[in-house]
Amino acid sequence: MPKPTSSQTIGPFFAYCLTSSEYGYTLVADNSLKSPSGKKIKISGKVYDGEKKPVPDAMLEIWQADPEGTFLAPQSEKHQSFMGFARAGTGEDGSFLFNTVKPGSLKPIRGLPQAPHINLHVFARGLIDHLTTRIYFSDEAHTYKDPLISLISDKNRKQTLIAEFQEEQAGCAVYTFNINLQGADETVFLRW
Amino acid sequence: MVDNSKFFNSEVTAPVFGHSSIGQNDADLTTQHQGEPQGERIIITGKITDDVNRPVSDALVEIWQTNAAGRYIHKADTHEAPLDPNFSGGGRTLTNAEGIYQFTTIKPGAYPWGNHTNAWRPAHIHFSLFGHTFLSRLITQMYFPGDPLLKFDPILQSVKNPKARDQLVATWDSSITKTGWALGYKFDIVLRGPNQTCRED
Repeated sequence: MPKPTSSQTIGPFFAYCLTSSEYGYTLVADNSLKSPSGKKIKISGKVYDGEKKPVPDAMLEIWQADPEGTFLAPQSEKHQSFMGFARAGTGEDGSFLFNTVKPGSLKPIRGLPQAPHINLHVFARGLIDHLTTRIYFSDEAHTYKDPLISLISDKNRKQTLIAEFQEEQAGCAVYTFNINLQGADETVFLRW
Repeated sequence: MVDNSKFFNSEVTAPVFGHSSIGQNDADLTTQHQGEPQGERIIITGKITDDVNRPVSDALVEIWQTNAAGRYIHKADTHEAPLDPNFSGGGRTLTNAEGIYQFTTIKPGAYPWGNHTNAWRPAHIHFSLFGHTFLSRLITQMYFPGDPLLKFDPILQSVKNPKARDQLVATWDSSITKTGWALGYKFDIVLRGPNQTCRED
């Protein structure tokens, strides 16, 4: 069987193609996901390297279920109004922002309830391969019972996957989620 | 790193992009402006498969690259080489039912970077791909055959297995080359499938 093609770094020069809003146009996706239903949320934070310096040219991609907990098939009519995929580049200070809606709970897996979460890829100059993780929510009842969160024994390490609720802002719930690529506070990344 | 292989669930789905994501001239980077860009016109085509040899249809393929002089349009590129008003260097397309994609573009140039003394990146094109799961996501770089810079490039050489490195170098192909018009290169890509346990590099 063929071997998968190797990954190579995204490098520093992707923005005009992948995260082009700073060039004044949107191509495939930007950092906002609109939905006709569901709770509006904002997730913002910063990406830091192993020396706690902000990473000014990382790219983040999110993929999530709709408010009913469904990953929408492209054929479905609802897919026209909610695609589930968004992209954000980080700014000079390492910051990023996603405007989206709270995903619904997914079906239980092996009898265990899954808490609402967002799938996340992190790409950055210096990373040969991108990193994969999830964003959970501090104000969801099932977050600490989720099968993936339960796999992580250390309490502080669990927290690296949980976006912290900050406040309500004009009908929108605001969360903070920072990403540490390396170091003592390294975000839990997933392998398979 | 936490091994989540038992609980992957949301990651085995993926976004699917429709033709509405693709603009009319997105797959031909030589026709995105009023005039024709400077440089050597090339065609790049290949097949996207998963690791059990199934074609990946409707896969979004995005590329970005320098112009013929080795300059990106990106604001942060300070290389003293001219921009080309007729070349942006960004493209996108979807694979067909057989997993085939094709771009027409200009051969990118090499450019200097600060990695080590007199360091030059070999000519390359960045490729970004979506497969049928979120875990198949791949960003990589395509190189050109016979480039003397390949063996000195720390980015290509970050791939330790020589066969895996060769997989990142396109092959010149006379059947893709169009008489009197453009040289043709073949660049096939294999995405991780649902059964892949780890990626070799």
